[in-house]
Amino acid sequence: MSDHTQDAATIDLLFRLADDELMMGHRNAEWTGVGPVLEEDIAFSSMAQDELGHAFAYYTVLHEHLGQDNPDTLAFRREAADFRNARLTALPRSDWAAAVMRQFLYDAAEQVRLEHYSSHPFAPLAQLARKFRGEEKYHLMHGKSWVMRLGSATEDSRARLQAALEALWPHALGLFEPGQGGEDAGASEAALCAGWLAQVCPLLVSSSLQVPAERTAKGQWQSRVAAVYGRYAEPAPERVALLDAMQKVYRLDPNADW
Amino acid sequence: MSVIDQKRVWRLLDTVPDPEIPVVSVVELGIIQSVEVDPEGAVRVEMTPTFAGCPAIDMMCSGIRTALTDAGIENATVAVTYDPPSTSDRITEEGRRKLKAFGLAPPPRVEGNTAGANLLLMEMIECPFCGSQNTRLDTPFGATLCRAMYYCDSCRQSFEMFKPL
Repeated sequence: MSDHTQDAATIDLLFRLADDELMMGHRNAEWTGVGPVLEEDIAFSSMAQDELGHAFAYYTVLHEHLGQDNPDTLAFRREAADFRNARLTALPRSDWAAAVMRQFLYDAAEQVRLEHYSSHPFAPLAQLARKFRGEEKYHLMHGKSWVMRLGSATEDSRARLQAALEALWPHALGLFEPGQGGEDAGASEAALCAGWLAQVCPLLVSSSLQVPAERTAKGQWQSRVAAVYGRYAEPAPERVALLDAMQKVYRLDPNADW
Repeated sequence: MSVIDQKRVWRLLDTVPDPEIPVVSVVELGIIQSVEVDPEGAVRVEMTPTFAGCPAIDMMCSGIRTALTDAGIENATVAVTYDPPSTSDRITEEGRRKLKAFGLAPPPRVEGNTAGANLLLMEMIECPFCGSQNTRLDTPFGATLCRAMYYCDSCRQSFEMFKPL
């Protein structure tokens, strides 16, 4: 593969990672002040802060190593069509069970991804992956413990979690949409998805939930439902709505000194 | 111009407090990665944040720069690096003692396993107030990104721990 093609794949990958984190950060921040209990208000606010910090670091790498605009411009002045987030990350906030489920499905995917990228040939990405794994383990710990608790608490909590799982599952699979810049040098999306299924399915089953997946004769998990892709398609309405809210103030006066 | 001594730079850095936990210095917190002094007297400090999303990163960088320029070091730059990633194991013994006195349990040692899922590390944390290990994790999040909240069943107090990383 030529350097030029390799760069295109790396740029595409970093935009996917950064945009996912930015969207998750924004949606998590919507729980600030309205979490169901104080600890969860703090948890979602803290996770939002982490995700925004990670998005900023990825954008910084894009800017300093790969010739892209500065982080503020990338976050606040890019058009919806140029974002590369998966649909899961921008879906509007609904009930808290859905927020917990989204966070769990997303963090499990991120953990698998970061583990692979810790030895990525593009050194700036490998450095960030090694750093972020340590931070993200607390997100996954939080998500796992709440899925287990809500899954076995009351019929209402289990039913809400189950509904959230079914609604979010195809979008979660969409996290593993093949890249447009060519196959990444770090790991194939299909391999990452298999690793993710092996992580999340047993935990969901042990939390009394019906997983939209089954075990093959070889012992691997396989989804029964097709993925919904949206990273490169016509921007989905939730991405447009999120960016409209997030970019509004910045765009009022792009040259303001913050 | 007199030659700037590396040791002097480290001593100056040791006067720069962490903005969120002002009882410890950035040196005691273990976030100073390197100090370089070139023959012209330019000083370059590399620091590595405990958490990438920490809102105090800019404050720390400018705190470091100010401490150096106030001491007459005119050409001082501070760079943020993630290589190698920070680990809470680098908090010094003195730093750990000060955290505890501040009411913040020092982090258990991760021994290089920063990303590992050894969450047993989060159990049996010694209460900084009464010393009991009869404690439980309330939530891995807290007032700042680097803290988790605990409850001590012996002295019936909430306390915080600096997260192992």
